[in-house]
Amino acid sequence: MPALKVDDLAKTFPLKKPLFGPAPPGVRAVRPMSFEVATGETLGVVGESGCGKSTLARMLVGLLEPSEGRIEIEGSALDTADPAEFGKLIQYVFQDPQSSLNPRKTIRQVMEAPLKQLHGMQRPQRDRRISEIFASVNLREEFLNRYPHEFSGGQAQRIGIARALAADPRIIILDEPVSALDVSVQAQVLNLLADLKLRFGLTYLFITHDLAVVEAVSDRIIVLYFGAVVEIGRAESIFANPRHPYTKLLADSAPVVGKPLKAPEQKGLELPDPLNPPPGCAFAGRCPRATEICRTNVPDLNEMGEDQLAACHHPLES
Amino acid sequence: MSAFFKLLFRNRLAAMGAVVLSAILLLVLITPILPLNDPDVTATADRFKRPFSEGHLLGTDHLGRDLLSRLLHGTRLSLAIGIAAALIAATIGSAIGIIAGYFGGRTDNIIMRGVDMLMAFPYILLALAIVAALGPGLMNALIAVAAVNVPFFARNIRGITVGLAGREFIDAARLAGMGHSRIILTELLPNVLPVIVIAMSTTVGWMILETAGLSFLGLGSQPPQADLGSMLGEARSAMISHPHTSIVPGIMIFLIVMSINLLGDGVRDALDPRLRSGALSRPRATTLVERVGDTPAATDDLLAIQDLETQFHVGQRVYRAVGGVSLAVKPGECLGVIGESGSGKSVTALSVMGLVASPPGVITGGAVRFQGEDLIGAPYESLRRKRGDRVAYIFQDPLSTLHPLYRIGQQLAEAIKSHHKVSNAEARERAIQLLNDVRIPNAEARVDNYPHEMSGGMRQRIGIAMALANAPDVIIADEPTTALDVTVQAQILTLLDDLRRDRGLAIIFITHDFGVVAQLCDRVAVMYAGRIVEEGPTQVVLDAPAHPYTKRLIACVPELGGGRRELDAIPGLPPVVDDLPAGCAFAPRCDKAQDTCRAGTIALAGPSSRAVRCLYPEEAI
Repeated sequence: MPALKVDDLAKTFPLKKPLFGPAPPGVRAVRPMSFEVATGETLGVVGESGCGKSTLARMLVGLLEPSEGRIEIEGSALDTADPAEFGKLIQYVFQDPQSSLNPRKTIRQVMEAPLKQLHGMQRPQRDRRISEIFASVNLREEFLNRYPHEFSGGQAQRIGIARALAADPRIIILDEPVSALDVSVQAQVLNLLADLKLRFGLTYLFITHDLAVVEAVSDRIIVLYFGAVVEIGRAESIFANPRHPYTKLLADSAPVVGKPLKAPEQKGLELPDPLNPPPGCAFAGRCPRATEICRTNVPDLNEMGEDQLAACHHPLES
Repeated sequence: MSAFFKLLFRNRLAAMGAVVLSAILLLVLITPILPLNDPDVTATADRFKRPFSEGHLLGTDHLGRDLLSRLLHGTRLSLAIGIAAALIAATIGSAIGIIAGYFGGRTDNIIMRGVDMLMAFPYILLALAIVAALGPGLMNALIAVAAVNVPFFARNIRGITVGLAGREFIDAARLAGMGHSRIILTELLPNVLPVIVIAMSTTVGWMILETAGLSFLGLGSQPPQADLGSMLGEARSAMISHPHTSIVPGIMIFLIVMSINLLGDGVRDALDPRLRSGALSRPRATTLVERVGDTPAATDDLLAIQDLETQFHVGQRVYRAVGGVSLAVKPGECLGVIGESGSGKSVTALSVMGLVASPPGVITGGAVRFQGEDLIGAPYESLRRKRGDRVAYIFQDPLSTLHPLYRIGQQLAEAIKSHHKVSNAEARERAIQLLNDVRIPNAEARVDNYPHEMSGGMRQRIGIAMALANAPDVIIADEPTTALDVTVQAQILTLLDDLRRDRGLAIIFITHDFGVVAQLCDRVAVMYAGRIVEEGPTQVVLDAPAHPYTKRLIACVPELGGGRRELDAIPGLPPVVDDLPAGCAFAPRCDKAQDTCRAGTIALAGPSSRAVRCLYPEEAI
């Protein structure tokens, strides 16, 4: 049984109806997508700004109600948008650790909320649990009586992770958890996450725009473009051996020591307009391999090689 | 709390207000036990006695009642009504505002349109209408004044709440299983409370005045009960013949409202985080210079930063943001500066053109030479002529560097016209040319766009176009691609690379990304805690880092194609620059550190183009 199963999950944000005339079709932030995450797996989600990765994440934790589709966590469906219902099974670690902590609450109050609200624990039990969690994320207990502004980014992110752990979830959604951190601290947090996963048998959904980071931490990777899955594959092979031209573009764009600088694409600077989406493949306007069929028909996600799926009419040779 | 009072009483006017108000409050509180005449007993024989007459310190009114006694009892009543009205209005208004702001959508719309309707009436008319409906009387006046002020609080608090409700900690609270009412009470309320207090302190005076106004019209307190407004109203007919009867309550109203307003402004200034951080104190046009010691001699580099020291003086603390940095670029050269946040790389860049905000920034040593001329301490006009013209900047966030209300063509033209006398048509033509240079498609149409109509990558191109506008000799780019997506980043980097090759531009490129440095820069300098710890040709530094910090920093950054792995994290945190350790700043985190590393200053040493600040380098250089 997969830890997380998503079936045709989609989100359309309605647009304001004009005074006269019919309401325009909404903005499709996430087009129907299906995927599974196995227990103990880390699934990386990459894509550029506006590709729908944050909308997807917010739906998965119940902060946003899906327009269509269903979310199953360990076999039981969760289609309501009640964060408290989701909270016990799936938790969220935010991108900006400082703004995810209430500036006027002590760390102890922050940590106690999930224990009290989700698990109804009594005071002595809570204190014991907080000590356990703090020990596992390498934070000192004297931090508990301080306020968020007294912490550095790395420490604040550890507190964010500790809060997510306090809910004792099965799955943690990590939304750009290290983007706001300095590189030397980034590695500390990534290693901590890997360690916690093993220790508590967690399942991760790791959302980021940093290809090198996602490759270093994930088992499998999903590549999103314009609200749709364009490719799914194993972390070690997807960027080395991409089937979708967009994945290749991403991999070629990432700056790597020793690789000469060249612009991977010269034309097509404009991304597709969400208010006026192209009828066919959203990437066709930027794609060097695009033909007529790409501009009219949306490609389906098809099996291509071992453990790799891509949504492309003219996939790259492996 | 004590810090708050300290700030409050540093403001002399607020302190004066506080003294006057507490004197009045004290008087009013002890009124019942003072040996005063009964305020309501009439003695027609003693009417209109002048102040300082026997038995009546402030004289008597038209019915021979003791004015001092009426004044103190009236003040008591007016203050109580004003404060009660403020509390009621603040409670109801804030509740409405928080609910509207938190739930948003339709709830917000319905509530706020109702509030708008209340606000559409002139307040005194509305208050009169409410009193007319409820009948005259002090309680009804209180209700009217409170009701009239509810919209003010509702709108204020809603605005604050809307900003807070979108913050991530509210989402986090929902995920922790909190319900709506708990989130409002424990997450939102503590954050809006200071704003409520500020709004209240600035409106109490106003409400006392409004209550007095209603009483003056005979709609508030009813005779014989005294409040300040009704005292004024009753004295009106004798204003010419016996002015003291109206002057006495008039002065009291003036004192109360004045002191409350002065104190209220003081409270607002002391509580408002923006005012407290000194954001509203205007920085000087150039960074303050207090150089001690000798100025280094000129070199033949295009731009040379020599032993630059920039500090921030905040209260008693001195933050040594830049502690003796030397960098130099030649035409056509690209120099990378790598460092984590707080390493001083941005402050170094901003010091070049005196752009570090002063206060608190002070340049305390060294020189910055552009074509041999020292820019540190140069007159403002000379710096202004070079800013953007000879040395241009590209900043990290293109959205915050472009003015949202001007078309990009106008902003580009302005950049040109502030340095060169050209006609509008010429400037526009040049702007279009610049957009073409940075490869913006359809430049003729795009030149009339506003910044918000462009994507992040486009805006950064505009930022680059603006930097190029006057064909500068040096461009200082401070993390120009950090906020951008990788595909856009690759395009921007290629653009910068082409520009420097075609035009002989010198670029100082500040970043934290080794991949970017490797692709773009000829030489690289690594900064840690305000100092350069290693420098040299990019390839050499990356292949054989000599400083332990460089080596470990490279190791802890994952690189594409490396596969799944454990990263070699550096334990600990960078030091705070107001308390730097003696010796090597990296020693506390370094596993090779010896006692000698912590002893004294370590020099940046090495052959001509390669140098390292380490006693036990990883590689011999």
